[in-house]
Formats: sequence, C-alpha cells, structure tokens
Amino acid sequence: MAHSDSPSLVRRLGAGTVETAATIGAMLALLGRILARATPKRFDRRELVRHLEFMAIESLPIVIVTALFTGAIVVIQATPVVQRFGAEGLLGWGAGFGVLREIGPLLTALMISGRVGANNTADLGTMVVTEQVDGLRALAIDPLEYLVVPRFFGLVTTLTLMTVFSDLLALFGAAIAGQALIGLSMHGFYNGIAGGLIQFKDVAHGLIKSVAFGLIVALSSCHFGLATSGGAPGVGRSVKASVVTSAAGIFALDYFLSFVVP
Amino acid sequence: MKNPMETPPPLTEHDAFLVRLGRVCIDGFEGGRALSSLFLRTLWFTFRGSRPKGATAHEAFEIGNKSLGFLALTMGFIGMILVYQSAVQLGRLVPDYTMVGANYGELLVRELGPTIGALMLATRVGAGMAAELASMVVTEQVDALRLCAADPVDFLVVPRFLASLVMTLMVVVLSSAFAYGTGAVTAFIAFDVRFDVFANLSLIDFGDVMTGLAKCVAYGAAIPICSCHCGLEAYGGSAGVGRATTAAVVLSSLAIIVLNFFISAGAFLVGL
Repeated sequence: MAHSDSPSLVRRLGAGTVETAATIGAMLALLGRILARATPKRFDRRELVRHLEFMAIESLPIVIVTALFTGAIVVIQATPVVQRFGAEGLLGWGAGFGVLREIGPLLTALMISGRVGANNTADLGTMVVTEQVDGLRALAIDPLEYLVVPRFFGLVTTLTLMTVFSDLLALFGAAIAGQALIGLSMHGFYNGIAGGLIQFKDVAHGLIKSVAFGLIVALSSCHFGLATSGGAPGVGRSVKASVVTSAAGIFALDYFLSFVVP
Repeated sequence: MKNPMETPPPLTEHDAFLVRLGRVCIDGFEGGRALSSLFLRTLWFTFRGSRPKGATAHEAFEIGNKSLGFLALTMGFIGMILVYQSAVQLGRLVPDYTMVGANYGELLVRELGPTIGALMLATRVGAGMAAELASMVVTEQVDALRLCAADPVDFLVVPRFLASLVMTLMVVVLSSAFAYGTGAVTAFIAFDVRFDVFANLSLIDFGDVMTGLAKCVAYGAAIPICSCHCGLEAYGGSAGVGRATTAAVVLSSLAIIVLNFFISAGAFLVGL
C-alpha cells in the first residue's frame, strides 16, 4: 500500500498518542459520571434487573463451551510437563492454579467482551445513530441514568458471577480430560486441587481480576457506543473499536494486577 | 440471501421447552450448513475465481500490518504475566528457575502464541470484516455486486480468506517472538534468570512446531469464514450491522477455542 500523502512517522505517532489519551480521558470521565449516579435512587433499577437477566442468559452457552474446552486444553498442555517431572499427582494443582488465577478470568472476560460488551456497543450505537438517545433527552430522561448505568453495573456483576461459574466448569472439564487422557482418576485430580497448595487467595486473585476486567469492558463498550457516528457503517466501526479496546485493556490490567494483587 | 420474512416467528416466553430446544437445534444445524457451504464456495473460487488484482494484497495489509501493533501489545503483556505467574508457582515447589524459559518456549510455540494471538485477531480482524461486509449488505452494495454478475464470495470473501491464511501465520510468529522477549526480560528482572539460560530451546521439538503451525493455518481459515458468514447474513439497518459484528466476534472466538481443543487433543493422541 503506497501512502504518498500519508504524514510522517512522528506525526502519526503523535496523533496516535493524543487519540489514545483522549479515549482514556473520555472513559474516565464517563466512569465519573456513572459513579455520580450510582446511588439506587439515581438510576433505573428495573432496567438493571432486566439487563442482568438478559446478559447472564445470553452469555451462558458460550461461557459453558469455553470453560469446558479451556479446562481440557489446560490439562492437555500441562500433561507433558508433569510427566517430565514424574508427578501426575500435581496435575490437579497445575490445572487448578492456571485456571483459577489466569486462564479462567481472562478467557471469560474475552468471551463476555465479545458477547455482551459488543452487544452493548451495538445497542447504544444504534440508538445514537437513529437519534433515539436525542429522543430520550428531549423527554428530559437522562440517557446515562436510563441506558448506561444499568448496563454498566449489569456487565460488571455478570462478568464476576460468570467467572465463578466458568472456574468451576473449567475444573470439571480439566478433570474429565485428565481421566480420558492420562487415566488420572477424578478423585486424584480433586485431591491435587484441594491438597493445600491452592489457597483461597488464588481464587480471590482471579475474582478481583474479573471485577477489574468487568469495569474496563463495561466502560469501553458504553463509551464507544455513545461515541458512535455515521450511520450503519459507524455502528460496525464502534463495535470493532470497543472489542479491541476491551481486549487491550484486559491484558494490560491483567499484567498490573498480577503484580499488585497477592 | 435469506429473506428475514421467511424465518419462523420469534420465540416467546410461552413456548414450551421442547419447542425452544428444537429451534436451537435447527438453528445450529442451519448455521453449520451455511458455514460449510461458504467454506466450500470460498475454496472453489480460490482456484477458479477472477477477483480484482491487488485485492488480496490490500486485505493482507489490513489484516497483517495494521494488527501487528495490537497483537504485539497484548502478546507482550501475556508473555510477562505467564513467566511471572509460573515462576512464582514454581518457587512454591522447587526454587529452581533454570527451566522456566525452556518450558515457556515450548508452551508458547504449541499453544499460547497461536491461540491467544488468534483470539486477538478474531477480535480485531473478525469484527472489522463483519462490520465492513454487513455495512455493504445493508446499504445494498452486495446486491449491486450480484447485479453486475460478480459473486460476493469471489469478490469479497476470497481475498480476505487468502490474506488471513498468510497473515495470521506471519503476525502470530512475529508477536510470539515479541512475547518471548518480554518473558525473558521479566525473568531477568524479577527472578535473575540470565538471558542465555532463558533462551533454552531444547524442549521445542518437531511435534511442537507442527502443532503450532497447524493451529495457525486452521485459525487463519476459520476467522474469515466465520466473520464473513456473519457479515453476509446481516439484515436490518444499523442494528443489523451491530448484531452481525457481535456475532462474528463470538463465533470466531468459539471456533478458535473448539479447534484448539481438537488440534491439541489430536496432537496429544498421535504423540506429537
């Protein structure tokens, strides 16, 4: 691709930096406005319940499939390592550790970002480009109180609960794979998990991460939804920007939280 | 194009459980049939079609070069996280960090590089493709293509398919190398593992490389097929574009996770 009229590298780098800073700033401002409306009297509670139900039910199938397969894959990949050390009894520990601290929260967040986050952006974006949000404003209904705050809290809650659910399912999938592939009994596998090497803080580590992932997914999906412009192609662009930002944010937060959270 | 008017009425809360279950099964079967049909048509036009010159190169630039920064960012972070977490765990058992690099390298080649990289590509590239195609469908540009006797699969899907097949491999290899580098730096700073000790490739054998390559090719084929399927099935204005883009991200990510399971299990069973 020849970019005869493209600006210099420095200029593009600068534009990229300014754009990233503007996005982060807008997302933080949105977080502030959401938190200012966080008292139950300031937002629509019926909407929150409706979103909670909808988000949880619509993401159940993919969470189940993802968790079962992920647990199995963790065991498939960990098996050569534990066999090298000659310690099949440690398989439960290895799989449990990987699933609870890293893989479970990470993959659940990525899938929820794809299913619920993208859906959120598409919904809000469609409302913006079809001027339904302006309609709400004209009726003196605050779009944040009615549309954004319920989605925000709905998504954070959904992601945290789904992480608990998918942790359990992934360990179940891992136990099945361990039995099918190396003949380790489920009893032995769960002994490895409950044998004392995995502590409650490992579970808490994963759950704290999933709350943070929920915040970033909810913020970026609402931000890009509200910032949509330009008709049907604009909605597509917004959804793409939202999932890309969510994914980058999830990995960046994962890194920092891995160090900070014990 | 499926006419939305022909589809049966949407389910209500009052439908019986069996009705819902049946609907889910029929929808799943229909979706699978449509996906495999799109895949076969794509393969057919790959060898027989006549797409415009340069379209594949253009898509390759979109998929490869423009995703490289995003992939390097996310894979760089995952490299640092994994080395740190696994070394901390290893420290609880035996505080000997000499094999961290070797095990990390093997895991990166056969599992993490292809899978995490492809999940990120599915997010970025899959959403982009579906948004683009769905916008073309709802603004009737695809119908215009048909009117000009140009098959949308040949014109739109095949260039994306070929570009993704090549560029997924390229981007995954480059970003995995980057993740290996960030892992090495983390091991050096946090656990005092020297670079020459970390850069131990003795555990990576032929089977690991083949598994990784097979995954790259499978994901590279699955992402454009799933996303283009969702994009081409779009209907109903801007809401439809949003739905199609969401469905593309979910479908390609699920395809990657399921393919990962089958390729990993297959490689394990044949002993690679």
